[in-house]
Amino acid sequence: MNRKPVFQFKDNLASRNRSGLTWRLVFQASTIVGILALTALLFNILNQTFGYTAYEARVDPDSLALNGVSLEEQTKAQLIQVLQTRISSGAFNKLEKDKPFAERSRQEVYDLIYDRVVKYKAVAIWPLWDSLMRPAEIKQTVAQDFPTAKLGFVSWISADFLRRQQSSDPVLAGVRTALLGSLWTIAITILAAFPLGVGAAIYLEEYASDNWLNRLIRTNINNLAGVPSIIYGILGLAIFVRTLEKVTSGALFGFVDPTTANGRTILSAGLTLALLVLPLIIINAQEAIRAVPVSLRRASYGLGATKWQTVWAHVLPNALPGILTGAILAISRAIGETAPLVVIGASTYITFDPNSPFSKFTTLPIQIYQWTSRPQDEFRFLAAAAILVLLALLLSLNAVAVLLRNRFSRRW
Amino acid sequence: MAQPVSSNGKYVLEVKNLSVFYGDFEAVTNVNLNIERNKITAIIGPSGCGKSTLLRALNRMNELVPGTGVSGEVLFNGQNLYASHVDPVEVRYRIGMVFQKPNPFPKSIYENIAWGARIHGYKGNMDELVEFSLRQAALWEEVKDKLDQSGLALSGGQQQRLCIARALAVQPQVILMDEPASSLDPLATLKIEELMHELKKNYTIVIVTHNMQQAARASDYTAMMMLNGGETRSGTMIEFNQTSIIFTRPKDKRTEGYVTGRFG
Amino acid sequence: MATLNNGYRASKPDLRRRPRLSETIIQSLLFLAGFLSIFTTIGIVYELGKEALLFFQTPEVNLLAFLTSTQWQPHINKFGILPLVNATLMTTAMAMLIAIPLGLGVAIYLSEYASTRVRNLLKPILEVLAGIPTIVYGYFALTFMTPLLRSIFGRDVVEIYNTASAGLVMGILILPLITSMTEDALNAVPHSLRAAAYGLGATKLEVAVKIVLPAAISGIAAAVIVGLSRAIGETMIVAVAAGAGPNFTLNPFKGAETMTGHIVRISGGDLSYDSIDYNSIFAIGLLLFFITLTLNILSQQIVRRFREVYE
Repeated sequence: MNRKPVFQFKDNLASRNRSGLTWRLVFQASTIVGILALTALLFNILNQTFGYTAYEARVDPDSLALNGVSLEEQTKAQLIQVLQTRISSGAFNKLEKDKPFAERSRQEVYDLIYDRVVKYKAVAIWPLWDSLMRPAEIKQTVAQDFPTAKLGFVSWISADFLRRQQSSDPVLAGVRTALLGSLWTIAITILAAFPLGVGAAIYLEEYASDNWLNRLIRTNINNLAGVPSIIYGILGLAIFVRTLEKVTSGALFGFVDPTTANGRTILSAGLTLALLVLPLIIINAQEAIRAVPVSLRRASYGLGATKWQTVWAHVLPNALPGILTGAILAISRAIGETAPLVVIGASTYITFDPNSPFSKFTTLPIQIYQWTSRPQDEFRFLAAAAILVLLALLLSLNAVAVLLRNRFSRRW
Repeated sequence: MAQPVSSNGKYVLEVKNLSVFYGDFEAVTNVNLNIERNKITAIIGPSGCGKSTLLRALNRMNELVPGTGVSGEVLFNGQNLYASHVDPVEVRYRIGMVFQKPNPFPKSIYENIAWGARIHGYKGNMDELVEFSLRQAALWEEVKDKLDQSGLALSGGQQQRLCIARALAVQPQVILMDEPASSLDPLATLKIEELMHELKKNYTIVIVTHNMQQAARASDYTAMMMLNGGETRSGTMIEFNQTSIIFTRPKDKRTEGYVTGRFG
Repeated sequence: MATLNNGYRASKPDLRRRPRLSETIIQSLLFLAGFLSIFTTIGIVYELGKEALLFFQTPEVNLLAFLTSTQWQPHINKFGILPLVNATLMTTAMAMLIAIPLGLGVAIYLSEYASTRVRNLLKPILEVLAGIPTIVYGYFALTFMTPLLRSIFGRDVVEIYNTASAGLVMGILILPLITSMTEDALNAVPHSLRAAAYGLGATKLEVAVKIVLPAAISGIAAAVIVGLSRAIGETMIVAVAAGAGPNFTLNPFKGAETMTGHIVRISGGDLSYDSIDYNSIFAIGLLLFFITLTLNILSQQIVRRFREVYE
């Protein structure tokens, strides 16, 4: 073996470096495509949230001035007076019967005038991009095609949009009902899923021995996390809406509301979403609990503490930031869910605020779904604005999660 | 590096004023060292004095850690490895490396050997090359019947010899060994040392070790590294000589203390 | 408990095991919380199975026709699930066609090429993409992708509702999932393997594609399977953009209803219990459940084997 045989190698570095560069560009390009997709998604939403709108009023609001006082500056009494002269007495009496004018705020009366008298109607809408790129053309089109219409640069997302209730008239529609519905539903979800999820995680991490049952539970939780959300909707429909109708409709508690005499309520929706996010909460909480060092538990046991004393006083407080972060992420998932709620029967059109777990419900994603499904352009813009509200809600939740993680993150 | 095999010249590697940085931190300061052809050169010294860093700088492996930089030169057959036109891929092809922990690829024994040769465009008889490399690494007899088994199925010592065979298969001139026996038992260690002795007929070997006996037994030259006493805690080479001299009559007091302290 | 001065040292401490009622109660409650997940699974299988059974017991339905007929027309008593399955497969295939190559590309770039700074910038973007509700993607499909496809291929070719648009956007939806799981798998490959390959004079591409990628292949397979399962179960994108009405077609520019899309449309109205429509969504749901469950179990098996290699 003293003489080394000669093995011939081909000098191929140039071509290897060429293919290295090519593929590097391919990998970079994939990344750029991904970023472009996100950009297109966000641009598409913003593009349909702002822009020029040409709208016509049945009654010009300027003509509603009372003794020279414009609509904006009128007092409540003056506004009521305007309303009374503009709508039939029957309609006025019905409004009085629904809710006495004495109890309505000035703003509510003001809205009523726009709703019942002015009746704005969007006749043409342009997205943001067009509005910025060719405003002159748009103005010309409006002057030609809609001579009576007013052209204004409109932000579809606004304080009014948040404040107003669902309406069949896109100019007046808002997300208030849907937003409140989302909050109510999520509150139920949190109340049900958080304690159960954390409890299950504690059991699995601290108590469960390694036997077939506990292994089954673990595997099962992992599998449940991968079940499509629509299946949970079907389950919720069968169990909460139908089988437990007496409970979820509130009938069992003597809560009789003729409009909600079925199980398609906020309670059913919240519980369905709770089942959906439970596996996520458990898995995240397990990780947080596992991150608490064993030495801490040993220290506690060494002092003669019982298992629960150890868990309650040492493990949980140290795992809490991680548990909360994971729970918030799971809840974010629940807030954005649409399919299971459609299946259990979200209401398509409600105009009153939900006021109990037994109310009929609609939520932000449901509202977005419905507006998106409508053929008219105006509703696309409403949907885009509602998406922005939803994304803002999710973003703030995520910000809280990040803050929690940073504030309490501890290095062991 | 068009003409890599030039067997003229006594020294394969000449390290001139080499300093290695991690960001702002100077890990190795101002090393001058000549590596003689077909000899074994050991680099010894206490933990954290930059032995491995220096070794990795000899085939530009240190560049894989982001933020590393060097100043000075490393001449390989007279060419500066750090010249701007030099491709680190080509450098590592000529100057191979064996790592502290055996790290076979999760592929078959055969593939472990063949892979490197294949990427470098070897078109000859692969079976022959694999057998030759494994024979050189004194592993052939143990694995010849199970070449298609995973490299991970071998014992630690066998894995390390597989890694040596893998390095040999691309026909480097120099093999850098970073504490190749530190994770092995004494018997496997002995095997590696015998192997090194055999290999130096065809290759130049530079080995980092913290094991004094190993350096004394196996190497021809020894470089002693130490942290310089300054604020910066940077490693530097304090003495370089024939191994027999380093271990019997070192010139530097610190070398003497280290060698005898550990040795006796 | 004895007081400190007389009981603590003087008498022998009582070391007998005492029943701790509160501990037992707490442990039982915690166990129930853990066991609830089993109930959920049983609930899914039982409820879906029960109603599906009712569906198959109705005289108009037979299992063979359910599985082989290419027509789903409840009003003329045709209940063949193939049009729905076909549409699901088409959107899923389209999604995977986008998500697998892009996801692998992005993951390799992030794990092997990108600097720490770029990585720290890009990973949150991925998380944002992953956190966007699917209805938003549905909106994107209908109001961006469909017009885009129609302007490229012509309005006569591409219908307003079509599976291509839904499938492509679903690919974007699944991209972050496949990317992050693949990146995790690539990162789990020990650094020493990369060092070994570099030490032999391998280029970055050779290290990434010939050493790291094969070593991570089972993790990547798991990522692809999870992505597949997610695409099959994805609902809102197809409900908004793929079209209503079961339609057996292989043309991606035509509208067709997927299994999930069908469930949403049928249950969207005020569905009366004990109707054949009500029962049919359970039968479809059961099929969907078993498909995704099989895929999830498969991916977990693969991940488990992957762990055994390196840990």
